[in-house]
Amino acid sequence: MLDMIVIGAGTAGLTAALYGRRAGLQVLVLESGFYGGQIANTPEVENYPAIPRISGVDFSQALYDQVAALGAEVKFEGVTAASLEGGVKTVTTSRQTYEAKTVVLANGAQRRKLGCPGEEEFSGRGVSYCATCDGAFFRGKEVAIVGGGNTALEDAIYLAGLCSKVYLVHRRDAFRGNDILVKAVQSRENIQICWNAVPAAITGDKAVTGCRLRDTVTGEERELAVSAVFVAIGLVPDNAIWGDAVQLDPSGYIQAGEDCRTNLPGVFVAGDTRTKPLRQLVTAAADGAVAAFEAGNYLASL
Amino acid sequence: MSTVHFDKAGFESQVEQGKGVALVDFWATWCGPCRMMGPIIDQMADELDGQVLVGKVDVDQEGDLAAKYGVMSIPTLVFFKDGQEVKRLVGAVPKGTLESALEEVK
Repeated sequence: MLDMIVIGAGTAGLTAALYGRRAGLQVLVLESGFYGGQIANTPEVENYPAIPRISGVDFSQALYDQVAALGAEVKFEGVTAASLEGGVKTVTTSRQTYEAKTVVLANGAQRRKLGCPGEEEFSGRGVSYCATCDGAFFRGKEVAIVGGGNTALEDAIYLAGLCSKVYLVHRRDAFRGNDILVKAVQSRENIQICWNAVPAAITGDKAVTGCRLRDTVTGEERELAVSAVFVAIGLVPDNAIWGDAVQLDPSGYIQAGEDCRTNLPGVFVAGDTRTKPLRQLVTAAADGAVAAFEAGNYLASL
Repeated sequence: MSTVHFDKAGFESQVEQGKGVALVDFWATWCGPCRMMGPIIDQMADELDGQVLVGKVDVDQEGDLAAKYGVMSIPTLVFFKDGQEVKRLVGAVPKGTLESALEEVK
């Protein structure tokens, strides 16, 4: 039986594995996609203490390599079921079932969807939730990016470097993102900001050819001729898999304080999937450390 | 078995003139999504030991191979059966997608 299973190889999960290994615990990390989590899709990270600038991929790889070198096993297997109550926790993946004394839930959050006609239909054919992944397919083309937070602003800047024109579509009349990013967006000549606008529909034939915008004030609609619509309107947690066993907050995030303890003994939560006021790289890393520390305390008390 | 790093000669003898199924990852060291695929490819090589040949082609080192197979975007994952290309996936994909694709071509 393992000491600790970490679910998710993003910044929170890998940091939990890092602290767990350094505390001498036997650690297995399970990941359904790629190491790094959301930060791997971020072009530049400029707000991690003591690192003025690093690409999301470089950050992710450095963390992954660090954790792997410490002897944590990372398996690329999606979790299909888990039994977290009781002293022995079991986690089942597409390949097998694992047992551990503690579990750290670090499964992150997913990109929120627009919910407008055409979004589902053209997903992967012009509708994208990852500008850094898919931006290069639209080099020299006109594209739209929807959102008003830091991610949308970063994506707009990234896309402006590749695409001939970027429409930044925001439902309000001011951005929620930070000042430096807002100024950077405003200084790009090929970014046109569409205030008070939401996509009413995404249109196309085989792939996206346009996006119909609705003005949130006047209700008027107009058509943007774009080859892609990038969506960056925030996150939603994905915690249905834990069933009723793990207590969630009304928004669906796992309920836990700064000690990262869930309602279940031996089950801890780290990163974006936890109830918290600020979802950032540094808070994900902090959670990972705390969750592993608390897991160590729990193991010592057994 | 660990992942094989092919040069042109190795690719010809092991993949093109080989028998059975091979999975080849066309990649480059500077490509972020390729690097993120790295441990997934290595894990598949371990798990499929003896059943499927799993290897990589660095497109900067082996430009001729990349050109021959029309690889214009990386990572590109090409499945071969008895030396013939039978399927390809473009872009970084999760391990589950690779495993399903492998089942299809086997």
